[in-house]
Amino acid sequence: MPPIVWLVRLLVGAYPRWIGSVPSANQRIYFANHTSHMDTVVLWSALPASLRANTRPVAAKDYWGGGGLRTQIARDELNVVMVDRAREDPEADPLDPLRDALEHGFSLIIFPEGTRSAQPLPGPFKSGLYRLAVEFPQVELIPVYIENLHRSMPKGALLPVPIICTVRFGAPIALREGESKEQFLERARAAVIALAQ
Amino acid sequence: MPLTLHETFFAVLGGLVVLFATATVLGGWLQARTAEPVKLAWIGQLNARIRASWAIVLLFAIAFAAGGGALVLIFAIASFFALREFIALTPTRPSDHRALVLAFYVVIPLQYTLVYTGWYGMYAVLIPVYVFLLLPVVMALGQDVERYLERVAKVQWGLMISVFCVSHAPAIAGLQIPGYEDRSALLLLYFLLVLQLSELLAVIVSAAIGRTPLRSNPNKSREGVLAGGAAATLLGTSLWWMTPFAWWQATLMSAAIVVAGFMGGLVLASIKGNLGAREWYGGVQLSRGVLDRIDALSFAAPVFFHLTWYFFAS
Repeated sequence: MPPIVWLVRLLVGAYPRWIGSVPSANQRIYFANHTSHMDTVVLWSALPASLRANTRPVAAKDYWGGGGLRTQIARDELNVVMVDRAREDPEADPLDPLRDALEHGFSLIIFPEGTRSAQPLPGPFKSGLYRLAVEFPQVELIPVYIENLHRSMPKGALLPVPIICTVRFGAPIALREGESKEQFLERARAAVIALAQ
Repeated sequence: MPLTLHETFFAVLGGLVVLFATATVLGGWLQARTAEPVKLAWIGQLNARIRASWAIVLLFAIAFAAGGGALVLIFAIASFFALREFIALTPTRPSDHRALVLAFYVVIPLQYTLVYTGWYGMYAVLIPVYVFLLLPVVMALGQDVERYLERVAKVQWGLMISVFCVSHAPAIAGLQIPGYEDRSALLLLYFLLVLQLSELLAVIVSAAIGRTPLRSNPNKSREGVLAGGAAATLLGTSLWWMTPFAWWQATLMSAAIVVAGFMGGLVLASIKGNLGAREWYGGVQLSRGVLDRIDALSFAAPVFFHLTWYFFAS
């Protein structure tokens, strides 16, 4: 077990609950609520070791790409797909690195709110999830709710506090025929919120 | 001629290995020949407790090989996981963060360092006095007065139960008793044995004769607890030779351990009911949390420690 997973287990447990789906090697996009910088590592650690190797978290270049230990973990352990939130090159589509990873057969972990929220329940989703759902209809979309992590490391805190947290995986959702972007994104958000109950 | 420490140690551990091995084999045999779901459920309970009993043997094998420091470290780790579970059950707010950092990263290491160095005058008051005064100050600095008293009290309670109380178990092994100086680790083994056997026997008797189930724990009945407690007290009496006590003193001490342990189970069940305990770990065999495993110990350890300290070590 990589040291980072060991550390996450020690601090917050990251116990997986497979409620509507089972661990599977099918290509998947896990989408979750985002309350803490630790979300990325915690969701990844909650997956079985056999799936971790093939699952890449999508993370912001401005936080994870700054160099140092954080970047080393992102690159060597998590195999992160870096996304340019700041849009340095206005011509480039920020989703391109995700498309590239999906085309190579990787599963992805994404946080469709785009930024951390102060509330445990997610705010409105950005459209990236919808666009990926249109372009990659064969990929399963799994809603995930990460419980308690906002208490372990609230926004602005430097040290995580040990608190048991569970990661709940729900039933896959798929784009329905004739469904609009707004309807789909709202349904996806509702699927994450439903797991919080 | 009295046995040396090593001989006593090996004799007791050897006895335990035989006892638990027999119990494990019997439990497995029972499980294999039973088909009724209700009976299977309690046999599963029983076997989980028998497996937990092996932890005592393991603990002392490690302590024997690596010394008293390992004993202290193992209980410190238990405190860490117990407090983690307690805080997860407690509704905390973002402004509690500093107080929690203090509790986990300062109080736990400090308390166990004091226990390791044997500074009785300090580890007996650190959490009930100094942390009790410091914690509300740290929380007040967060300038969040909503449910202030409740939040302070819950973190303080978590520290008392999971750190202060539990740390008194390894402290037993550090007691300086005249005429028993280097053998205090045996006293800790004695304490854990009486406690664990009263648990184990209570579950066995409850399952065998049943009757009135306890409100705090449906796996135990009133009759089972009484019979289990009596049997553990008898056993504690018969093991007087490994303690500094006379046989009748061993009877009273065992009874005190059993009663305090029962009260610990009662109180922890009420706390978990109040906090809306939930099952964190998943799976069948691991579904009992850390707090469930330390409930009896958390009350019995300080009681046994102080009785021994007052009457034999001071």
